[in-house]
Amino acid sequence: MRGISFEVQPGEVVGFLGPNGAGKTTTVRMVSCFLPPTSGTALIYGVDVREKPREVKMMLGICPQEDNLDPDFDVLKNLLVYGRYFGIPAPEVKRRAESLLEMVALADKAKSPVAALSGGMKRRLILARALLNEPRVLILDEPTTGLDPQARHLIWTRVRALRATGVTVLLTTHYMEEAAQLCDRVVIIDEGRILLEGTPASLVEQEVGRTVIEAWNHEAGFAEFMRGLPGRLEEVGDRLYFYPTEPELAERALEERFPHQERLIRRATLEDVFLLRTGRALRD
Amino acid sequence: MREILRNLSSRAFRVWQRDADVYFTVWKTEFLPPLMEPILYVFAFGLGLGQLIQEVHYQGRTLHYLPFVAPGIVAVAIMFWSFFEASFSSYVRMYYQKTFDAILATPLLVEDVILGELLWSTTKAMIAAVIMLLVLTAMGLVSWPTGLYMIPIAAMGGLLFAGLGLVTTSMVKTISQFNVPIFVIIMPMFTFGGTFFPIDVLPPWALAIAWCLPLTHISLLSRAAILGWWHPMVPLSAAYITIAAFLLAALALVRMKRRLIQ
Repeated sequence: MRGISFEVQPGEVVGFLGPNGAGKTTTVRMVSCFLPPTSGTALIYGVDVREKPREVKMMLGICPQEDNLDPDFDVLKNLLVYGRYFGIPAPEVKRRAESLLEMVALADKAKSPVAALSGGMKRRLILARALLNEPRVLILDEPTTGLDPQARHLIWTRVRALRATGVTVLLTTHYMEEAAQLCDRVVIIDEGRILLEGTPASLVEQEVGRTVIEAWNHEAGFAEFMRGLPGRLEEVGDRLYFYPTEPELAERALEERFPHQERLIRRATLEDVFLLRTGRALRD
Repeated sequence: MREILRNLSSRAFRVWQRDADVYFTVWKTEFLPPLMEPILYVFAFGLGLGQLIQEVHYQGRTLHYLPFVAPGIVAVAIMFWSFFEASFSSYVRMYYQKTFDAILATPLLVEDVILGELLWSTTKAMIAAVIMLLVLTAMGLVSWPTGLYMIPIAAMGGLLFAGLGLVTTSMVKTISQFNVPIFVIIMPMFTFGGTFFPIDVLPPWALAIAWCLPLTHISLLSRAAILGWWHPMVPLSAAYITIAAFLLAALALVRMKRRLIQ
């Protein structure tokens, strides 16, 4: 990391976006007391992660990127043992565990070994585990990577419900749609620095505009013609991306000059912002 | 080191409890080896080797081979059970199962995890020693009440090899690299640590090496406890084992902390 600074309001959902190796997970690991920052500080509700990691971790619910459920225990026992680490009294852990399993639709799997769960079930169990200590801050590190749409939507629904109860959420993701769906604010980081910060809609508006025109199999002279229009043109392989500053004008001109050109006119998304600002080069 | 000591807490008990829970859910298979081991040894040594070696001279006295070797077997079990728990099993928890990562997301600190692992490996050695002691008692091979001294001996010996096991866990890059400490440290101790024969038959240079091995001292203490024979080396051996146990445990804390915080 090369110095990043950010603030999150209680009850806010903030997403960290960035290519692989940008520093998302490192940031999350520092906030969750896994990795002591070599310089600088992180405060969670005013408590310093370096000074009082135990107190900080009492307030956090952490969903790691990789599956670290305890394979030696069944589903329910995973939660019971985890609750003990927080020092929650056994009957209370049991009560919370049962209601959380209900919430993530795993109640009928309580006695299943962890190895028998599907990828989606494991993620749901990890989410339930992170909520066991009733955290004030929930940290989700790529919570839906590799999940099917059903499981992803279930997780999104639960996160939104939690936000409604006032839980603060820090989220990292590679899915721009996920960020746009869940986050009040996104922070795009690259090479250890903050590149952009804002609400998903405002970032799209300010960085890309409203509309993107994608064209392929383009006719001779098409690229030159587009270059003449107000906006920004990008060529990737055999595809052209045009980000018009005046969408209506561009669309009309296109319709007149190249009515048969294969194209797609769509709304600009966070993914356009991301690719424009972090580039299209592979990172690892 | 001062920071490590400050960070140690009773929450380490939760890690110990986790490992114990796993152990007792599969206790039927876990109890079997320490139950079977002495029985197998008694058959092998009593009926096989014992026929060749009629008697052993130890501390100026003569005794049958079986009562001589029985305390050595308990000493070896203490070494194996704690070393293997703190090496292979801890490594699996750390590297493959990511159990430590999961625990570190809770109010526990790295120090609690390492201390919990040390205590659990020690406990496992103690459980094995107690089971074997009961089996050997049933065979009439234990002198009571001196046999009770096996409990502190197993605790200190267990901690010593738990520390050694975790130090190796902090160093290996792959699980197969455990073969190195096993063949350089553990197996020579198994064979030359005063377990199977009295070490005073060794030539002076080998004797000097044997006296440096922790297992030699654990064997000596076990023999004193189980036979009920006082040995002039007992205070020195006890001091050696205790000091080595705490030093290795401290080294394990330092090295494992460095490995876990990355």
